Amino acid sequence: MKVPVSLTVNGERVAAEIEPRTHLGDFLRDHLRLTATHLGCEHGVCGACTVLVNGEPVRACITLAVSIDGAEVKTLEGLQGEALMETLKAAFHEKHGLQCGFCTPGMLISAWDLLKRRRDLDERAVRVAMSGNLCRCTGYQGIVRSIMAAAEKVGAAAPSTIKEPLR
Amino acid sequence: MKPAPFSYVRPASLEEAVRVLAAGGGAARPLAGGQSLVPMLNLRLAPAEQVVDLTRIEALRRVEDRGTSVFYGALTPHAAFEDGKVPDASNGLMRHVAERFAFRAVRNRGTIGGAIALADPAADWLPTVIALGARLHVAGPEGERIIPAEEFVLGPYFTALGEGEILVGVEVPKLAASARWGYSKVTTKVGEYAESMAIAVVDRARRSARIVLGAADGAPIVLADLAARLLDGARPEDLAAAIRAELVASERDFAPAKLVMHTTTIVRAARDAVS
Ligand SMILES: Cc1cc2nc3c(=O)[nH]c(=O)nc-3n(C[C@H](O)[C@H](O)[C@H](O)COP(=O)(O)OP(=O)(O)OC[C@H]3O[C@@H](n4cnc5c(N)ncnc54)[C@H](O)[C@@H]3O)c2cc1C
Ligand code: FES
Ligand code: FES
Repeated sequence: MKVPVSLTVNGERVAAEIEPRTHLGDFLRDHLRLTATHLGCEHGVCGACTVLVNGEPVRACITLAVSIDGAEVKTLEGLQGEALMETLKAAFHEKHGLQCGFCTPGMLISAWDLLKRRRDLDERAVRVAMSGNLCRCTGYQGIVRSIMAAAEKVGAAAPSTIKEPLR
Repeated sequence: MKPAPFSYVRPASLEEAVRVLAAGGGAARPLAGGQSLVPMLNLRLAPAEQVVDLTRIEALRRVEDRGTSVFYGALTPHAAFEDGKVPDASNGLMRHVAERFAFRAVRNRGTIGGAIALADPAADWLPTVIALGARLHVAGPEGERIIPAEEFVLGPYFTALGEGEILVGVEVPKLAASARWGYSKVTTKVGEYAESMAIAVVDRARRSARIVLGAADGAPIVLADLAARLLDGARPEDLAAAIRAELVASERDFAPAKLVMHTTTIVRAARDAVS
């Protein structure tokens, strides 16, 4: 039996009838065709599906869409042009933060939240905080470098860590 | 990786949720943050014909300073502890624990009530609330009752909750300023479930001590013998053999390597709580 759900996704109101078992990742991709949100493991361990719900990162694959009825959802599409996200994207570009790009939307959203919340980041703190986002390509060096570069630019890095400012 | 179909209800009150759950028998399952239930549904490990969404029940969100204790509603998310958004009863222990398990996106949605009700043997909140001597408030078809945290878990994923019963909240007695705690956890990777974890809460001024081992292949183990020795002034470093003997006496059948690991986390936690 289908149930009604209504959400604000990237600023737009959407209402739909869905099966209760539909998780937010499938709702975004299959119902709304918002395919920046990637699905990897679909059981909460890889972080590829990370999106913002009411401003906070959550894993879309283990969030039932119907359970967040009324919430505000933001995907990577909805953060296009947003200042901090553009800084992060530039840093990922410049510091080789991606190869195949499958993990990148989740990496960017987790990193965006990290840079909003913290002002004391060094490499170790970034590695610990990003440990819930898996990448099968880069070996993480480029990702950590990218996030640190963006952190320095926006003032989220611990002062002692600043070596090579992002141009 | 898609769940089998289930029906969905979203009760507005505790009474309604209890009624729906009791009527559903074992086939109805409460949903809190979904951070354990939805993965299990996706993997089809947990059968559920009906999901009863607790997230709109205001009574489960209440957080209250009650003078000598703090009451945390079951829906309090891990991140609220991590960010210090709720009053602290534990001299910082709960915040320390919350920062160190799973990942931020999981901690934003996962709840203390869901974690305790699940009774995953390797979960972090269970040994924590047992070490703190918490009381678990439960509502069910027969009314409300309070279960001491150490009597709540009967085995892996097996708790004292009866059919139709809901965990309403966790009441944690406030530690005195003289109480100290220690925490030691071994994981293979940041954010993973523990291979071993030990928590010690010691208040020598009040002659109270509690040391709990988690990730112990069943209910957390309360080490009463060790607590008594610590209060008598023994140094944790000198107690490894006694700890091992107490673990062997628990009849959990730990592999030799596990016994060494558990002994190590216990010594470290106890040491940090008394030094
Ligand atoms: C990738 C990942 C890593 C994790 N790592 C860890 C870790 O290292 N340590 C750790 O402790 N946890 C870990 N978790 C689990 C996490 O802490 C969950 O949040 C928690 O176990 C369940 O809480 P929930 O609110 O999401 O509950 P749900 O998943 O909604 O429910 C869990 C179970 O409890 C029942 N339930 C929920 N609320 C109630 C209630 N109020 N009354 C009665 N029954 C109820 C449900 O029916 C279900 O059976 C991890 C999870 C993920 C996805
Ligand atoms: S797809 Fe959601 S965490 Fe892997
Ligand atoms: S760039 Fe390929 S998975 Fe990360």
